[in-house]
Amino acid sequence: MSHETKELNSLTAAQTAAAVNSGDMKALEAAYASLQAIESLNPRVNAFTDVLGERALLEARAVDDAVAEGRSLPLAGVPYAVKNLYDVEGLTTRAGAKISRENPPATTDATLVRKLKEAGAILVGATHMGEYAYDFTGENAHDGICRNPHDTGYMTGGSSSGSAAATAAGMVPLAMGSDTNGSIRVPASFCGLFGLKPTYGRLSRAGTYPFVGSLDHLGPLTRSAEDLALIFDVLQGHDPADPAQTDHPEIETHARLAEDIGPLRIAVAGGYFREKALPDALNAVDLVARALGASLEIDIPEAARARAAAYVITAAEGSTLHLNRILERPRDFDPETRDRFLAGTMVPAIWVQKAQRFRSWFRDLFRKIFENVDVLLAPATPFPALASGTKTFTIGGETMPARPNIGLFTQPISFIGLPAVTVPIWLEGAKLPIGVQVIAPAWREDLALRVAHHLEQTGVCRAPVAKIAA
Amino acid sequence: MADTFEPKAHVAHMEKMLGLAIEEDWRPVVEMHIAAIEKAAEAVLDFPLEDHAEAAPVFVP
Repeated sequence: MSHETKELNSLTAAQTAAAVNSGDMKALEAAYASLQAIESLNPRVNAFTDVLGERALLEARAVDDAVAEGRSLPLAGVPYAVKNLYDVEGLTTRAGAKISRENPPATTDATLVRKLKEAGAILVGATHMGEYAYDFTGENAHDGICRNPHDTGYMTGGSSSGSAAATAAGMVPLAMGSDTNGSIRVPASFCGLFGLKPTYGRLSRAGTYPFVGSLDHLGPLTRSAEDLALIFDVLQGHDPADPAQTDHPEIETHARLAEDIGPLRIAVAGGYFREKALPDALNAVDLVARALGASLEIDIPEAARARAAAYVITAAEGSTLHLNRILERPRDFDPETRDRFLAGTMVPAIWVQKAQRFRSWFRDLFRKIFENVDVLLAPATPFPALASGTKTFTIGGETMPARPNIGLFTQPISFIGLPAVTVPIWLEGAKLPIGVQVIAPAWREDLALRVAHHLEQTGVCRAPVAKIAA
Repeated sequence: MADTFEPKAHVAHMEKMLGLAIEEDWRPVVEMHIAAIEKAAEAVLDFPLEDHAEAAPVFVP
């Protein structure tokens, strides 16, 4: 890659859009730089399963034409990628699965892809993911291991593995992921990115492959908090095509990013969120808390039970979705998901129903907690990225399988649909980053984004492009 | 429930009932996963809820 290409690929989405809208840069230049970075770096990282060079250049030319006509687009010329469970016209939606590859190509773009296109963003490809999104590692038997750009011997986290790796490597400044139990926030933590899981029901999921409808969310991964807000504002809007989307009033987050966070009551999530964390995760939360002057720690009762309930719902609902496939073609599954889906077919209904009733109880508990605080801080993962191939980890004397359990701290939050931003922390001397969740009340993504922006502006968190040799 | 739950027996019964084809080298892992789900469910079932606590999923007719 040329020096100039590297420079273009280190720009944030906001910087690229500003340069394209002002005429300082062509969308076509941004698209070429992104495609060159993918060609050069993807063999090392394995972030992309599909590269869409022709579409990217067509979209870039259309943006350049629009700008030449005097239009200004919020994401003019911003290259981006989508997890390969988003429908992209003309491309078969893989959802990380071998079986899905037999499906015909999608005939239309997913709603969020359409919105990004309308905003001037340039789709360059679809990214690696854990099979059917049942994954926290970034490892896929069909597509291979997606590698952490900060150290290719380590996991990216999952299941939005390729979206995180592509963004951290500087192939794109923005990639879309999905998060059912932590699949945006976990890879954001392992790859050192900003990741937003919005409120459940906020963004349309139409045209994306489901995992657990009760818990599925979509959202972006970026290298800046400002980009999260910029993109989130573009993605909002009611879409009747997603039956779980709520017609809640839209909020403007980008224009309000710089508002003083001084009046916000910020606290550290205690109890479970401290007991299950290893030292790096605790140190990262404490660093953020000190920087924000957040001295209050609030015990969060029943968080372990909330996580357990999400675990039960996920197993049963995910396995119901795939029942025919697991009955007829179990050998075509990734062995790491196959055995979990098989087990999930055997869950009694009362376990699931009780978990869904407990979900309402836990939501009500958080509504009360948020009467006294505006924002909560919690680890995103119990530790930084694990070495690739790690099968188990031990916390507090308990050894558990890695793949289902890395999302210990993200699962209780998505269980009740709260918005959360993962912010990337580089502890002193650390070789790998680790994320902290900034959690806000339902429908208040603006609060989490403002805190994330403040932390970035004050140098507490940062998301540099990984230094990876081509 | 923990004392009475038998993953092997549960998997064998459900395999037959649903018509699943579980190969022998997968079986211990499937049993491990259903045991993990049962452990999680146990925590959920142990929690006392009032009768008016409604399930969370949204259905809009």
